[in-house]
Amino acid sequence: MLYRENGQFKSSYRTDQQIFPILQDRVAIGLLLAAAFVLVPLLASNYLLTAIFIPFLILSLAALGLNILVGYCGQISLGTGAFMAVGAYAAYNFQVRIDGMPLVAALLLGGVASTVVGVLFGIPSLRIKGLYLAVATLAAQFFVDWACLRLKWVTNDSSSGSVSVAGLNVFGLPLTTPVQKYVFALAFLAVFALLAKNLVRGAIGREWMAIRDMDVAAAVIGIRPVYAKLTAFAVSSFIVGVAGGLWGFVHLGSWEPAAFNIDRSFQLLFMVIIGGLGSIMGSFFGAAFIVVLPIILDGLPYWFGIPIDTALASHLTFMIFGALIVFFLIVEPHGIARLWSTAKEKLRLWPFPH
Amino acid sequence: MSPRKIGEVILEVNNISLAFGGVKALTDISFDVREHEIRAIIGPNGAGKSSMLNCINGVYQPQVGSISLRGQVFKHMNSRDVALMGVARTFQNLALFKGMSVLDNIMAGRNLKMRANIFQQALRLGAAQREEAEQRLFVERIVDFLEIQPYRKTAVGKMPYGLQKRVDLGRALAMEPQVLLLDEPMAGMNVEEKQDMSRFILDVNDEFGTTIVLIEHDMGVVMDISDRVVVLDYGKKIGDGTPIEVRSNPDVISAYLGTSH
Amino acid sequence: MAFFLETLFGGLMVGMLYSLIALGFVLIYKASGVFNFAQGAMVLFAALAMARFYEWIPKWFGFDNKILANVLAFAAAVLVMICVAWVIERLVLRHLVNQEHITLLMATLGITYFLEGFGQTLFGSDIYKIDVGMPKDPIFVLEGMFQGGVLINKEDLYAAGVAAVLVALLALFFQKTATGRALRAVADDHQAAQSIGIPLGRIWIIVWSVAGFVALVAGVIWGSKLGVQFSLSLVALKALPVVILGGLTSVPGAIIGGLIIGMGEKLSEIYVGPMLGGGIEIWFAYVLALVFLLFRPQGLFGEKIIDRV
Repeated sequence: MLYRENGQFKSSYRTDQQIFPILQDRVAIGLLLAAAFVLVPLLASNYLLTAIFIPFLILSLAALGLNILVGYCGQISLGTGAFMAVGAYAAYNFQVRIDGMPLVAALLLGGVASTVVGVLFGIPSLRIKGLYLAVATLAAQFFVDWACLRLKWVTNDSSSGSVSVAGLNVFGLPLTTPVQKYVFALAFLAVFALLAKNLVRGAIGREWMAIRDMDVAAAVIGIRPVYAKLTAFAVSSFIVGVAGGLWGFVHLGSWEPAAFNIDRSFQLLFMVIIGGLGSIMGSFFGAAFIVVLPIILDGLPYWFGIPIDTALASHLTFMIFGALIVFFLIVEPHGIARLWSTAKEKLRLWPFPH
Repeated sequence: MSPRKIGEVILEVNNISLAFGGVKALTDISFDVREHEIRAIIGPNGAGKSSMLNCINGVYQPQVGSISLRGQVFKHMNSRDVALMGVARTFQNLALFKGMSVLDNIMAGRNLKMRANIFQQALRLGAAQREEAEQRLFVERIVDFLEIQPYRKTAVGKMPYGLQKRVDLGRALAMEPQVLLLDEPMAGMNVEEKQDMSRFILDVNDEFGTTIVLIEHDMGVVMDISDRVVVLDYGKKIGDGTPIEVRSNPDVISAYLGTSH
Repeated sequence: MAFFLETLFGGLMVGMLYSLIALGFVLIYKASGVFNFAQGAMVLFAALAMARFYEWIPKWFGFDNKILANVLAFAAAVLVMICVAWVIERLVLRHLVNQEHITLLMATLGITYFLEGFGQTLFGSDIYKIDVGMPKDPIFVLEGMFQGGVLINKEDLYAAGVAAVLVALLALFFQKTATGRALRAVADDHQAAQSIGIPLGRIWIIVWSVAGFVALVAGVIWGSKLGVQFSLSLVALKALPVVILGGLTSVPGAIIGGLIIGMGEKLSEIYVGPMLGGGIEIWFAYVLALVFLLFRPQGLFGEKIIDRV
């Protein structure tokens, strides 16, 4: 009843092709953005911001990048952690070695470095797919793990591979309190989400999805598989690299290669699967899910009065993640995003059954 | 049928031989196709018809022989180059992009004509925005032509088979091809659907002047709509001519019905 | 020279252990077309079961005999792995018949996480011992040829022997039995195999049980050498490059691939490592696999992959 599109006629293809063609959606997004930019910083505690919101924002960004590669273009990648690491360490190097390098520029350049590495490790995708490609991306993961630990120039001669940043500022404004960091990360996410959405609904997005769905037919209608796959790797690793930089600079402050290890890669893949492959929204759902679930599991014992020690809680988290992956793959391979859009479809008809 | 002006030869298949390992799919096939005509390729199952189409459109590379389009000879060209030369095709098994809507599938066929680069697309201002709207207009004309307007935003995987076949045709048409290769466009259709599809094929040939090469099993359809026919059997050419000539060719008859007493 | 040979042998022995794990992969892939990412987790799970049953069974039944404890623990662990296979078939595989490979791969990723969490919940997350009475002392061979001889670990030799026997048995199983044939049919096409009456579910349980058994053997040997701990499943990840090298469908390939990777790792670490800063073992296997994937994706002995339109 509330969600009907009655009376909303489009008189140009341009308006029909916009991101949120339904008025109610536009209103909802507007409210969401207002809440995100204004309400949350005002009302949320520093703990909430640091423990939930900031990691959620940055991991959403990384999941967004991964979703472009896996969900839209169908190229499996188990090396996302590595690309985050490249982005983080490259940004670090740019900042530390070049005097007066602005933070935003360092982060973006970190993304560019990640793009180069991403395209390089994306070359195997031109010849192999599926599980074989998964193993190839593992090579990227472990190689970068090693490089960040052992190649001195990567870590600016740190002996353990760990680096730290301090005294961050953006165009002169300080970036130290959780609120400031939150708004900074949110701004990045909002901009990148818009750019990504534009890409996936444009010509290149259709090329990516064509490659994913049937690459032989794609070649026959004139799509170049090489261009499509490599651009998917490039765009994906750029976004993931920037997310890596944000993770290191804004969330962690100081980090070592282990922050971007294979567990991180799996975590991001889980976000994308549970959240919804091939959906920008899905990346957010997945990130929210994966960030919030361990916190709920940790807190459950207190709320229900059942004592669970932390080790057991972490084992249970593993089990629940694993079970959920299998559950989603069987029941709703398109993840929470599909459940959401099905719910919206039903909402359009509500209160009528059909 | 309104008389169409059939032009000069625009597609020539010369001595094509194709083998997979030890299996000979095609042996020394030669025929030509004239501009604006509808050329059918027929033959019993396994005769090599789809393989022939795959050779023309660059999916398979024949070991021997060459193909020329408007005088341009190609022996080893990949599908994309062939697509750029103006050859489009549909698939026997519907190679549609199941995860995308009807509109997106057909828009994908317009990708060849789209010029905005990736950065322009990301920002979606000005040129990129205009281009999307222009291409959408073109695609909508195809949607109207194929009478699939109510389904334009439906995911292709959810549509009935007959309609999916139309989307396959629409995607090929989006490429504005000079030569359209149709691989069993009427497979699995009932009588009404076949009539609709025949009408579409004739209209495409009529309105856009597209040269059509089609593989088809339904003899009635072949006799009705094609100008000339090539007959293949076990990878060899056993007949070539107008439908009437081919129908009374004893080799063709025995290939389909077995040698008679 | 003696040092080179020692490194070589050491690498061969490690490689043999990788091969044992890779065997499980190949089995499951050959018979169900599934790339079982969870093989490593299965090794860990099996090893945990074995280690803990070895502790618990004497306490439950009140006896002291080590050999009896080992035998009973092994039997119990086999039963556990069969249960795991049954549960996986029932809850996961049955619902994903004829899905794309990517979906199945990701499902096994989910199974991995589940098994790792469940294993540690059930059996605990400390480091546990496995003691099946394997001699741990080193022996010296080729004393005639090289002064002082070449040092080899007896335990490793036994492991190699066990692996060899296992491989021979498995090869026979696949080639000579009707069940083996049915397994190969299933690997080719789930639905086609079903339509000629092959009981898909039962076949899968058999295969995953056998793979579970192989995982148990691998887990016992690894665990006996290194102790049973969580990192075992990470080591097992190395088996992935092994099967790429050897070919996903080849049992001898898994062995040879394992040996090559084991040797390659150790040799490259000693001779190439210092030039690059050391520690290249963590990526050597994967990069080698990557190179193979670019030039010969089917591996040394696998079947060529053809894409038909």
